[in-house]
Amino acid sequence: MKKLLVLLEKEFRQVFRNPAILRMVLIMPVIQLIVFPFAANYEVKNVLLSVVDHDHSSYSQKFINKISGSGYFKLTDLSPSYNKAMESIESGEADLIIEIPAGFEKTLVKENKSNMLIAVNAVNGTKANLGGAYAANIIRDFNKEIQMEWIQFPKLNSQPTIEVTSSNWYNPTMNYKLFMVPAILVTLLTMIGSLMAALNIVHEKEVGTIEQINVSPITKWQFILGKLIPFWIMGLVTLTLGLIVSWVFYSIIPVGSIALIYLFGMAFLFTLLGVGLLVSTYAETQTQATFVSFFVMMLFMLLGGLYTPIESMPEWAKWITKINPVAYFIEVMRMIVLKGSGFSDIRADFFSVLGLGIVFNSWAVINYRKRS
Amino acid sequence: MKQFIIFVKKEFYHIFRDRKSLLIIFLMPIVQIILFGFALTNEIKNSNIAVLDNAGDESSRAIIRRLDASRYFNVVQIIHAQPEIEPAFKTGNIRMVVVFQPGFRHSLLHTNHAQIQLIADASDPNTATAITNYASSIIGDYQQELYGLTAIPFMIQPEIRMLYNPQLKGTYNFVPGVMAMILILIAAMMTSVAIVREKELNTMEVLLVSPLKPLLFIISKAIPYIFLSLVNVVTILIVSYTILDVPINGNLFLLIAESLLFIITAVALGLMISTFTKTQQEAQMISLMVLLLPTLLLGGFMFPIESMPLPLQIVSNIVPSKWYFLIVKDVMIKGLGFSQVWKESLVLLGMSVFLLAISFKKFKIRLS
Repeated sequence: MKKLLVLLEKEFRQVFRNPAILRMVLIMPVIQLIVFPFAANYEVKNVLLSVVDHDHSSYSQKFINKISGSGYFKLTDLSPSYNKAMESIESGEADLIIEIPAGFEKTLVKENKSNMLIAVNAVNGTKANLGGAYAANIIRDFNKEIQMEWIQFPKLNSQPTIEVTSSNWYNPTMNYKLFMVPAILVTLLTMIGSLMAALNIVHEKEVGTIEQINVSPITKWQFILGKLIPFWIMGLVTLTLGLIVSWVFYSIIPVGSIALIYLFGMAFLFTLLGVGLLVSTYAETQTQATFVSFFVMMLFMLLGGLYTPIESMPEWAKWITKINPVAYFIEVMRMIVLKGSGFSDIRADFFSVLGLGIVFNSWAVINYRKRS
Repeated sequence: MKQFIIFVKKEFYHIFRDRKSLLIIFLMPIVQIILFGFALTNEIKNSNIAVLDNAGDESSRAIIRRLDASRYFNVVQIIHAQPEIEPAFKTGNIRMVVVFQPGFRHSLLHTNHAQIQLIADASDPNTATAITNYASSIIGDYQQELYGLTAIPFMIQPEIRMLYNPQLKGTYNFVPGVMAMILILIAAMMTSVAIVREKELNTMEVLLVSPLKPLLFIISKAIPYIFLSLVNVVTILIVSYTILDVPINGNLFLLIAESLLFIITAVALGLMISTFTKTQQEAQMISLMVLLLPTLLLGGFMFPIESMPLPLQIVSNIVPSKWYFLIVKDVMIKGLGFSQVWKESLVLLGMSVFLLAISFKKFKIRLS
């Protein structure tokens, strides 16, 4: 125990004397948490629209007014032909073309049916999907207005209708930041934690000070714990800062218990740092350690459910997310912050993360050899 | 010239003798491309939902069957009473609850009006919007069938055409993005670390007293990483073309030439970082902060730049990856020629010249 304390003192001194590490733990996450949520935004708005109107009728005019006033689209040009509009797409001045055929109004009134073409630049899938859906929605609305003009709907429906009402729980204002900020906080913790832990032991190897530790009576467990505890405490400091920033800047106050966030955060950091230390025991140089931890970090983050939903992944990828501590913490963080889930709701996740932590840390201890 | 070649050789030895790093350099892009291609999709499907069926009649069951059979939903939980909804959401497994009113079919057929309530977990607003829409349209289909196939008057039929990427594959967006990311990582970060390493291990002294000119010394440092990056470009293109079916619609040579231009920009960035930093750790952290994260966030392939607030849109212009991403997308996916991407290329060229000029000026021949 005494040896461990001495070791901890050494580690803390090293940290406090290295302004780069302090900067990384204290200032960086604050700045990032302030900037990131503005950039990491999947809300699709201001889709650039080019309209090709061959009809020039009152209906087509009405439609153009409706769509450009909808708030989702920004009308950039009225092109004389489809090919001209395609040029706008190619040069990036438009994302979406709507072509209204000649005689649109006439055929609609006379033949009860008319067409409209929506062409979307689908290179960006999310945007194309939502942009196309918005456009189709507006057309449907517009269509309803016209039908109302022409048909007098009977007061009592003559045909059965199902009325679908929908309500949005936990985030009724559909604020995207409420969803992203807790998850971004987790990724920041991930980046800082895994990189620091991965570089640490390797640094001792590269500088040669590990020799001194190898000849000292410090056991493997004490060594790994001595490395783990300071970073673990720093991680909790970062978590605290992050929670304060999200409260001050985004007025996010967790619905659930803050103590529960810390409890889970502790288990998460334990696991994450274990992964970092494991990488550190394998790598020989700092370059290698950085590379491997970047690689692992990238996998953890991409398969963590921050960027794309886990449900949509294929089975094998879902299995990978089961050993991904980041995926657990992002999910749990959102559950506690937004829905106020309690410990019984996240018990399974908690023990999974803790179990993973024990595996990774033991692996690191076993793999760290005092012989060279 | 001979000295120069010896220096280049030395750098290659450095790289090739570090087997682990080399393996990662080659493996990382392949794994990422495959992951992006197969595992990551923005499409929303297989959402878990629960139903609270207060009616339990033919119609409600038919609708539940339809929801479950669609690719968007899995009905995983049956709820029996209103108070059970909240706990169901809190355990986090379901995204939506579908609630049927009592006597659903009866009121549908006799009063011609019935209600279904969709309660979505809107913690994720986009998913909530999408699944509410999917469910509404499935219910709408059912209703249409009840009508029989009577024609509805004054129909406008929108025809939606997805240009360039009819199947809405995420890969079309991700492949150019991953290329930008990998090149930044290897060309910029590795170059900076390689130079700073010499400083940290004190071998810089030896190099500086050698007869080789500083300019040539820097170039000899950069050449192996330029070479490795090009190999990576080719690997990524082969993997995405053969395994992921991403087309190369434009001119392959133009694509490679543009990649080379971007690699040079990245190397210039790496050089600049190396002149400001003293230790490898510092160089890596700065690379992470000023290169990788901006590439990821402001490069335009993860998050649409148009949705960002104006200051961030302006800042995104100084991120080289943004321009490279635009070029690759235009040339590779849209199949455009040089005449359409010359502006972006000029920006990259300007950035390279500027960065190289600064780093040559800042590069110190003397130690401290």
